[in-house]
Amino acid sequence: MDDQHLIPHLFRTEYRKIVAVLCKRFGIDQIAIAEDIAGETFLLASEAWGLKGAPENPTAWLYTVAKNKTRDQIKHRAVFMKNVVPEIKGVQDPDEVDIDLSVGNIKDSQLAMIFAVCHPCISQEAQIGLALNILCGFGVAEIAHAFLTNKEVIYKRLQRSKEKLRSEMIKIEPPTLTEVNERLESVLMTLYLLFNEGYYSGSQETSIRTEFCIEAMQLNRILIDNDISNTPSANALFSLMCFQSSRLTARTDEHGESILYDDQDVSSWDQQLIEKGNYYLNQALKGTRLSKYQLEATIAFWHTNKEDTQEKWESILQLYNRLLLIEYSPIVALSRTYALAKANGKREALIEAGKIGLTDYPLYHSLLGNLYTDIDNSKAIEHYRTALKLARSNSERKAMEKEIAKLTNAEG
Amino acid sequence: MKRFLLIYRYDSNALPKGSPEELQAMTKKWMDWIGGIAAQDKLDDRGNRLEFAGNMIRPNQVITDGPYTEVKELIGGYSIVKSDSLGEATVLALNCPIFMYGGNVEVRPINEL
Repeated sequence: MDDQHLIPHLFRTEYRKIVAVLCKRFGIDQIAIAEDIAGETFLLASEAWGLKGAPENPTAWLYTVAKNKTRDQIKHRAVFMKNVVPEIKGVQDPDEVDIDLSVGNIKDSQLAMIFAVCHPCISQEAQIGLALNILCGFGVAEIAHAFLTNKEVIYKRLQRSKEKLRSEMIKIEPPTLTEVNERLESVLMTLYLLFNEGYYSGSQETSIRTEFCIEAMQLNRILIDNDISNTPSANALFSLMCFQSSRLTARTDEHGESILYDDQDVSSWDQQLIEKGNYYLNQALKGTRLSKYQLEATIAFWHTNKEDTQEKWESILQLYNRLLLIEYSPIVALSRTYALAKANGKREALIEAGKIGLTDYPLYHSLLGNLYTDIDNSKAIEHYRTALKLARSNSERKAMEKEIAKLTNAEG
Repeated sequence: MKRFLLIYRYDSNALPKGSPEELQAMTKKWMDWIGGIAAQDKLDDRGNRLEFAGNMIRPNQVITDGPYTEVKELIGGYSIVKSDSLGEATVLALNCPIFMYGGNVEVRPINEL
């Protein structure tokens, strides 16, 4: 890899590791200092390597610098502590402080950080922002841009969240088995929401949103790579993300517009990712409990084959039935109705859709538009028009306009 | 929203003893029906089926095994739905597959303690 690409690449992978190790070592109070040390390390790297070129072992170089900077920080604090707060005991000899940047400790630290950041004391939205910032190394500007908001909003949100973690004295430690049992589902939800931010992007920034998907998957990998958090659900979520990611390239055309599933070119689906998804789905199905992630991953599995068969849609329908039994959500209810149409026929689905009545949802109307097509085209156009009015993004609007045009042309 | 208990009763002699395909088709009907209620966000508890075996306890500690499988209206299971009225809850039960083999559904509002 040439020097120009080396630093951004290393930044992505090593910044978060250094921050994680330092945070675990010194606690949640020191997040800001940990980020400063990591940031300064990379600043030094870009200056030194810019002049002399990258060293033989760039990672080792970074780690050495990070360790030295950490020792300097501690020295300064020790002097402060000794002179200003002499009663404080337990101040270590700064020269003896060792920052453990071994593979094992990096793994432990990253897992600890995930559980610390995805903590229920802060909102899910805040967890996602913090995850992007601390765990993935995204800057305030990048996050603001992706969420279509301004820097001050994101900055304030991050500051408040870090302060909350500090005031709650959240420990940065690898989770115990009890903590995993109690909190893993919620941690997985945060990662899933992060992935969805990337996958169902409203903004046109496809490149950064794709990175969110990659980041979510990397964080999920950390859970899988640690025995204690390597649960069937964690594998199921990873499998789900693999299946959906396999279509990332196929979903957007050269103008950045979204291409719907039925119109996608199957040859551009990433078969390697599909294979990976299959592997992790098998791992996920080894458990005895069926969580919503296993169900969603299995539905995603069926979608990796574009062919419309009765078996596919009957399977998907039953999976959605079971998903609704676990947890209701409007999107799942509507997706289930679509599967019902494919498996049991449009007429039954129309009756069921009528009972659902989620008239505020654009997806409800686009579903009805689809169901009414070739049964009552004027009703179909009416619903697509409502969906257009309620649409929340340009790509949604364009998709509805396309459907309306198709039907209006058909009417003649 | 109030909760309503659905009690499923059927004639054990009229139980469909079909081929694996027919039984699977019946299972699908139940899942689709319950799924439909869940899709309306009106399912509180999918409930359970009850096994045939059981005991009947009457006053003076008289215990017999029963209900006997010949009983015309054997309770087969239950579910709990949520709804704003008894009328609405009743509508949910109208498509219950149990009617296909001569069973019935009792809909009772739950008086929460």
